[in-house]
Amino acid sequence: MSKFSGMKINPKKFHRSQLKFYFVLVPMTAFFGLPILFIFSHAFKPRNELYAFPPRFLVRRPTFQNFRDLAELASNGGVPFSRYVFNSIVVAVLGVMLSILVTSLAAYGLSKLHFRGKKLLFEINTLALMFVPIAVTIPRYITIARLGLIDSYMALILPLIALPVGLFLVKQFIDQTPNELIESAKIDGASEMEIFLKVIVPVIMPALATVAILSFQILWNDPIGPNLFIDDEAMKTLPFYFNTLVMQQGGAPANTPAGQGMLAAAGLIMFVPSLILFIFLQSKVINTMAHSGIN
Amino acid sequence: MIRKMNHPAWFFTPYVLLFVLFIVIPVLMAIGLSFTYFNTIETPEYVGLRNYIELITRDEVFMQYVLPNTIKFAFIVGPVGYFFSFLLAWILAQIPHKPRTIFAIILYSPSMTAGVAMAVLWKVIFSGDRSGYINAMLLDWGFVQEPIQFLTSPDYLMNIMIIVSLWTSMGVGFLAMLAGILGIDQSLYEAAYMDGLKNRWQEIFYITIPSMKPQMLFGAVMAVVGTFSVGAIGVQLSGNNPTPQYAGQLMVNHIEDFGFIRYLMGYASAVSVILLIIIYAISKGTFSILGERN
Repeated sequence: MSKFSGMKINPKKFHRSQLKFYFVLVPMTAFFGLPILFIFSHAFKPRNELYAFPPRFLVRRPTFQNFRDLAELASNGGVPFSRYVFNSIVVAVLGVMLSILVTSLAAYGLSKLHFRGKKLLFEINTLALMFVPIAVTIPRYITIARLGLIDSYMALILPLIALPVGLFLVKQFIDQTPNELIESAKIDGASEMEIFLKVIVPVIMPALATVAILSFQILWNDPIGPNLFIDDEAMKTLPFYFNTLVMQQGGAPANTPAGQGMLAAAGLIMFVPSLILFIFLQSKVINTMAHSGIN
Repeated sequence: MIRKMNHPAWFFTPYVLLFVLFIVIPVLMAIGLSFTYFNTIETPEYVGLRNYIELITRDEVFMQYVLPNTIKFAFIVGPVGYFFSFLLAWILAQIPHKPRTIFAIILYSPSMTAGVAMAVLWKVIFSGDRSGYINAMLLDWGFVQEPIQFLTSPDYLMNIMIIVSLWTSMGVGFLAMLAGILGIDQSLYEAAYMDGLKNRWQEIFYITIPSMKPQMLFGAVMAVVGTFSVGAIGVQLSGNNPTPQYAGQLMVNHIEDFGFIRYLMGYASAVSVILLIIIYAISKGTFSILGERN
């Protein structure tokens, strides 16, 4: 009989036979990880290191100068840097909360309630997994203008709330929760909304964490909203401000060390919140993904 | 109030409302606008199929650069990214929890970089003078005499875009596949080895992939969508729309070029509709290929 080796999946501890996997993983991870390390290192480089030849990968004397320059430049432009940060945080926090609420409500409805058109709704949503938002930027602009949302936070938030992939994942997750939980709450006289809030929400936290991460990344990084749906400079968000910086510095000759340092700092500011959120929530995300199948 | 909320409408209405407003209506509107001439100032004027006909017969940039570029880009980044998502997920499943978590975070991180972080990072690495990291290395090792203009030269731009996109391709689909592999019932493997499964390759093809087919499909859709929605890269890297000699021009850039630079919204909408149709067709195609394996 051949040696049984299936138990090698998800091993409890290290074994010499796993070494071959590390031989593949380490170089691959270097390809993925070194640029990330570079984002961190570059943002803290003083000017002379930014433009040194030969260039050095890691920072030697870290400084916060680039971050100070960045904040100062924004203030000279009329809108204080803190205003962009504030706008970005408002949009991200409000957006993530709304997204979680709206998506999980709908997911519960699709998973456990009965109503006409339920199947059709889920099928259309699955179809919308293939939807690419950039393709409908123009009609979205027209819709937002018609709704009178131009120059409001809602113009940045509302288009990104209904997240087909989020609804899909939460619905699949709720499908796994036993109906007995719901039945016993019903016998106790709870309404569907009470069941949702008190019975379902506590057990679907991993799925909600996943929606939080996905929607945070979309809201936090969205360059289109602040560019097209907002005219008032004081209502714009960080991705817009940083994009204008990139464009200002974009032309080859303008690629000065000072500019590059500020952009590196900007890049780090945009990246770190997503990273921290993911590190905290990663186990929950993987837990949710186990139910992510399309049947 | 909450005590009386029993009707399903309480649950699906907010989502359906936003879904219709910002996804369904815009898609329908794009289809409608694609049959018009619309310059954003005057009211749209119905022109029938003219935009589509022009796109196919007259738009040399589209037929010569944009479409071939998009196809080349998508057919490399999509399948290769998908393959590596599975491969890396499978390898990660072979090592213990702690190192796996660390590796997974590092592999997933690039998919979180967007906009400015990406632009800075890759611009510095591929910068066209001596201070660019790749150029500095090539000069140092004596491979080249003069720094290569990676980002402004049409010969290199596309390949760099492909590398950068592959770098960001370990996203949600990768996590789904990792979870899928970890979630497979161990007794399935035991039974299969009893039945004469010989090696780990057979294990992958007869047990692992069939058992996680739902996650494989989800990952495939994410790969297709991801590939077609990253269009900004070429413009960000080269700092120009259109990209130098249209070398990195993808459909998404073409839409932007006509919609927001030339204000030919009807025409841009026609390109959008074609893009959505292509994504839909490729996703369906992928589904049937993956479906047949079972």
